[in-house]
Amino acid sequence: MTKEQIIEKLPYQAPFLFVDEILEIDNDGVKGYYTLKPDEYFYEGHFKDQPITPGVILTEIMAQIGLVCLGMFIRKDQLNEEEIQVAMSSTAIDFYKSVLPGEKVLVKSEKQYFRFNKLKCKVEMYNEEQKLIAKGEIAGMIV
Amino acid sequence: MTKEELLSKLKTIIEPYVQNQEEFQHLSEDTNFIDDLEINSANLVDVILDVEDEFGIEIDNDGMDKMLTVKASIQVIQDKLVAK
Repeated sequence: MTKEQIIEKLPYQAPFLFVDEILEIDNDGVKGYYTLKPDEYFYEGHFKDQPITPGVILTEIMAQIGLVCLGMFIRKDQLNEEEIQVAMSSTAIDFYKSVLPGEKVLVKSEKQYFRFNKLKCKVEMYNEEQKLIAKGEIAGMIV
Repeated sequence: MTKEELLSKLKTIIEPYVQNQEEFQHLSEDTNFIDDLEINSANLVDVILDVEDEFGIEIDNDGMDKMLTVKASIQVIQDKLVAK
């Protein structure tokens, strides 16, 4: 399965698809990019007259690349035959830098374990200056 | 290991994941992890992983499928300990 096919198979679409490109992926981890569009819908309200990417959206970007893309890759044999259901079950993320409209972010995820359909990962997000934006743990059920 | 010791260790493992504390106070062999204690499916996996670490055993998919109640869990753990 190619990296492009994984993105095609993701269960998201605009305005809530937050994966542009998968750089590297194997059974143990994934790296991928997303560029925040200057006109993303949430900038209208977060914040008034001062657009900054919400932490929940950064978390979602980390989850879509770090957990769901990786989960689909691990489950690629099943993916050809049936739909894969995903559900986030826990997150613990610390934030270090804010992300402005138009910024490109890199997500790196490392599998901690995949057992009994639960995938748990250590996930980090970096900006284009390679500065840490956020890091933490995300887990979900990939069924 | 006696059944009481095993139960005590199991209770310690599941406690952090329990949402229904009242049911946990009245834990019995028939207590169901999901229906009674309201542990979610992701945390049920954590229970299994913690059981593996605590008892030095490996739980397979069949074991996981069975471990929905206190009684069934004790049975699975005891069987694995004997087979060790």
